[in-house]
Amino acid sequence: MAAPLTLVLILSVTIRAVLFRSSLAELISERVEVVSPLNAWKRVVEGLALLDLGVSPYSGDVFHETPLVIYLFHFVVDYAEIVFMIVDGITAVALYLAVQNYNKNVFRKQKYALEADRYPHDCLELMRSPKEMHYIPLKVAMFYLLNPFTILSCVAKSTCGLNNAVMALFILSTLKGSALLSAIFLALATYQSIYPLTLFAPGLLFLLQRLYIPVNPCRSRFWFFTVQYSVMFIGSLLVIVCLSFFLLGSWDFIPSVYGFILSVPDLTPNIGLFWYFFAEMFEHFRFFFICVFQINVFFYTIPLSVKLKEHPVFLIFMQIAIISIFKSYPTVGDIALYMAFLPVWSHLYRFLRNIFLVSCVLLACTALFPVLWHLWIYAGSANSNFYYAITLLFNVGQILLVSDYFYAYLRREHHLSQGLYLRRKDGSEATLVLK
Amino acid sequence: MAALSRKWDPLFVLVLGSLVFSCKGDVLKTSNDRTESISATKIEESSPQAADLGDLRQSDEAESNEDRKAFTPPPPNDQFQEEMVIRPLYSGDIYASFQFRTQWDTDFLHDGKKAVSHYRLFPKSLGQVLSKFSVRELHISFTQGYWRTMQWGQPFIPSPPGAELWVWFHHTVTDVDGNWKELTNVLSGIFCASLNFIDSTNTVEPSASFKPLGLGNATDHRFLRYATLPREIVCTENLTPWKKLLPCGSKAGLAVLMKSEKLFHSSFHSQAVHIRPVCKDWQCTSTAWELRQTLNVVFDLYTSGQGKKEWSLFKMFSRTLTEACPLASSSKIYVDVTDNPGGELFDLSPSSPLISTAVVLGDRRTYSVYDLTKKETFGQLRSLNLLLRWKGESDDMLRPPLHAERYVSGFGLQKGEIHTCLYNSHPYRAYPVLLLDSLPWYLRLYVHTLTVTSKTRENKPSYIHYQPSKDRLRPHLLEMLVQLPPHSVTEVTVQFERALLKWTEYTPDPNHGFYIGSSVISALVPSIVAMDTNSTRDRPLFSSFFPTKEESSYFMRVYTEPLLVNLPTPDFSMPYNVICLTCTVVAVGYGSFYNLLTRTFQVDEPSAPLAKRLANIIRRLRGVPLL
Repeated sequence: MAAPLTLVLILSVTIRAVLFRSSLAELISERVEVVSPLNAWKRVVEGLALLDLGVSPYSGDVFHETPLVIYLFHFVVDYAEIVFMIVDGITAVALYLAVQNYNKNVFRKQKYALEADRYPHDCLELMRSPKEMHYIPLKVAMFYLLNPFTILSCVAKSTCGLNNAVMALFILSTLKGSALLSAIFLALATYQSIYPLTLFAPGLLFLLQRLYIPVNPCRSRFWFFTVQYSVMFIGSLLVIVCLSFFLLGSWDFIPSVYGFILSVPDLTPNIGLFWYFFAEMFEHFRFFFICVFQINVFFYTIPLSVKLKEHPVFLIFMQIAIISIFKSYPTVGDIALYMAFLPVWSHLYRFLRNIFLVSCVLLACTALFPVLWHLWIYAGSANSNFYYAITLLFNVGQILLVSDYFYAYLRREHHLSQGLYLRRKDGSEATLVLK
Repeated sequence: MAALSRKWDPLFVLVLGSLVFSCKGDVLKTSNDRTESISATKIEESSPQAADLGDLRQSDEAESNEDRKAFTPPPPNDQFQEEMVIRPLYSGDIYASFQFRTQWDTDFLHDGKKAVSHYRLFPKSLGQVLSKFSVRELHISFTQGYWRTMQWGQPFIPSPPGAELWVWFHHTVTDVDGNWKELTNVLSGIFCASLNFIDSTNTVEPSASFKPLGLGNATDHRFLRYATLPREIVCTENLTPWKKLLPCGSKAGLAVLMKSEKLFHSSFHSQAVHIRPVCKDWQCTSTAWELRQTLNVVFDLYTSGQGKKEWSLFKMFSRTLTEACPLASSSKIYVDVTDNPGGELFDLSPSSPLISTAVVLGDRRTYSVYDLTKKETFGQLRSLNLLLRWKGESDDMLRPPLHAERYVSGFGLQKGEIHTCLYNSHPYRAYPVLLLDSLPWYLRLYVHTLTVTSKTRENKPSYIHYQPSKDRLRPHLLEMLVQLPPHSVTEVTVQFERALLKWTEYTPDPNHGFYIGSSVISALVPSIVAMDTNSTRDRPLFSSFFPTKEESSYFMRVYTEPLLVNLPTPDFSMPYNVICLTCTVVAVGYGSFYNLLTRTFQVDEPSAPLAKRLANIIRRLRGVPLL
């Protein structure tokens, strides 16, 4: 298996290296779909230039990276292209190993269940075969590395790639069962962009499941482990934040990074829902709607955790998808991370309802983004509504995609417990409905 | 006593009134008499409680003038000067520059002492502002039009298009920003201008470009505030309050020429007020306050002069002069005749025997002087109408040693690049200039893209002071010291990104664009006088070997053009639609997740037909088994 992965890695590095050397690199790095005010490379360079001038990069409103990122690039700014390629490679390998591990678990569980004869007899065609599962980790790595979104994001040197790598490492360490590493990487991801905080729940659920601790509030073991994991998470978060404080000697980065993410002052167009909404918002409702939109990102965590407490990996996927749809400054790099997981759920394909439509919408929108941007900004023959409309459609497409996978997952679970071919009381073929 | 004084009161008022009128009226008196009488009235006004005042008034009534002279007044501690310079420009246009200077030996900022309450020549409105806000120096200018340095040479006092205000506060001020905010609002009222639009988003604290021009070497730029309003339109409503600050108003003296219908029918109009502390005397034992009101105007050859190279006071201002301001200690008109030494270029009539030479802006200039306080200046007609009539073509103008221009390059509404070109026309001297750029926050400047090139080589600034902007809080401030090589163009470029604003933050005409204030270039320029070491023209040989210190370089400030930058705009008619549509998308997300989270899969049992259901209800009531 290592050989194809190496091949994919070499191929992706080649593509990136070629694009870095081409004249497209500059064009890509200016695209608003690929870079946001939070992660644009131009702003990292600006932050470094400000440091050189003896001005705190957080005294202005151009730089919004965390201190650790600026510290990292302080040393490797000349090798940025290599760093971003390596980071993408790390993400892909981490996802590869994580999914490999996950598939082993899934297969083992399925085997035990089959041996215990827990599945209805007509569900055999829902069972997953090792042959089909064999290539899934490789597909995941390919989906990440060869996804045009990832390539664009890497060529634009968007620091979104770093966040993805940290999240991938979090997933890997969680799936490998290392609570400490999982907490550290989760803290790092949270430190980078707040939103991964919602991944705390799936991480905890997975580790509990792995240690065979039932999710039961009456049991002391459950509480013991929860507190242990929380302490590790909060402790490492504190250490990272304090480290940042000592690197710069001031707390300026807190409002400049987290305040910026939460209060959305920069309305530069992107593929998300925030920019036009808050550009057109009535001033006295602004605060209310900012609260509503930000709470919306975190809102789904608890109900999803309750519903999917037996399936924490799918919960991770759902959370990452929700974050990348509803976060304040989304870029295509965020989408690439959750799209990399789609091969893992390839067995759900038969239950997807409108995958064709959704794929068409997403492809069409991807093509229309640059076109309508050009019409608005350069040609002047369209206005902001055109670009806004396409962001709306793109987000509807993403929402339908994610909810479709959610539906399919729930439906497969239902079939696994109730049988695939359901009969009505009168013996005729039944249809399943949500009630 | 009380009854007596009440009885004398009306008479006293009458006497005072006649005195005041004699000052303001048409009758010309010698200035000595006038100042004495005004000082006397001032003393009487300021000490009404004096017990022997009644006696004084009695004698007043008897032989007022003689007694008044016996009562020796203190020497006046304020004085007023007015002057006008007329400079014919090479383009055929004409440049008239008025300066009104009021000096007052008092201290507004005296700690502990009672605030100054009696005002004579100095305008009370400004004096109160100075003492209330502890202002050390105040410079305000309103300009309509752009000074074309390449055609017109240098102005005496440069100013950027729109309104400019810079203030040094006293170092005892604790809340500088609060004072600044209030001060701009007060000045906005005094000058009927939109200075109240100055807020933290267009105020900067330049570290080097704006040093105090008066006494006191304050260097802590925390007490300095600088702001420009490039969009400010200057009009009659700004001129009227400005004229009211003059001791004679627009009733007498040079100010009678300021008729707005002519002043604003010009290519360039700039009015300014400069207040600063100066030395009272040569020893500089105490400070005095100087108020300089300046008005510069350039009349266009074609629109105002009908294409004829013939200018007169009447043609320029549709007025002639008949008198000096009676309160002025000096009142003069200077006409620049440097290029017309033998009278071969233009005729100046009436001619004046008085000639004055001065080094102005690094150049030795010769002026014909007309003293308005002398009766013979006005001639027999008792009115002065200076007439300049050209005879020959003038040769090319000497290029000003420093000038600058600025423009925005790039297309589209996403990003752009600001180019500032600095021209050093000096043939062999390099000199440093300070460049100050204050850009609003919605042009997100990338300082790492800053390049300075001269003669195709990189020219690294030796000093850069950069303060990045904060969204909706403060502008960018970029100050740098650049060495300009001789006879070269230095190009400063910096990239920016255009921000999308909230729909309420756009100006009423958003697609017109946003005005970006001028950059300010301050320099010590090697002077032309020092340059021509070869010429012995009207200078003795022994004076011209080493360039003398005060003539070797002079301070010059150049303002570039303001910029007009377009920003991307949202659709202003859409707020409701956008709120509805975006909320719908969020609701689609919420709804579909809610649906999947709360409901469970169930087999779809077709519901029974209506007749069967009704029959079942009846059967349930009857207690028989259901169908």
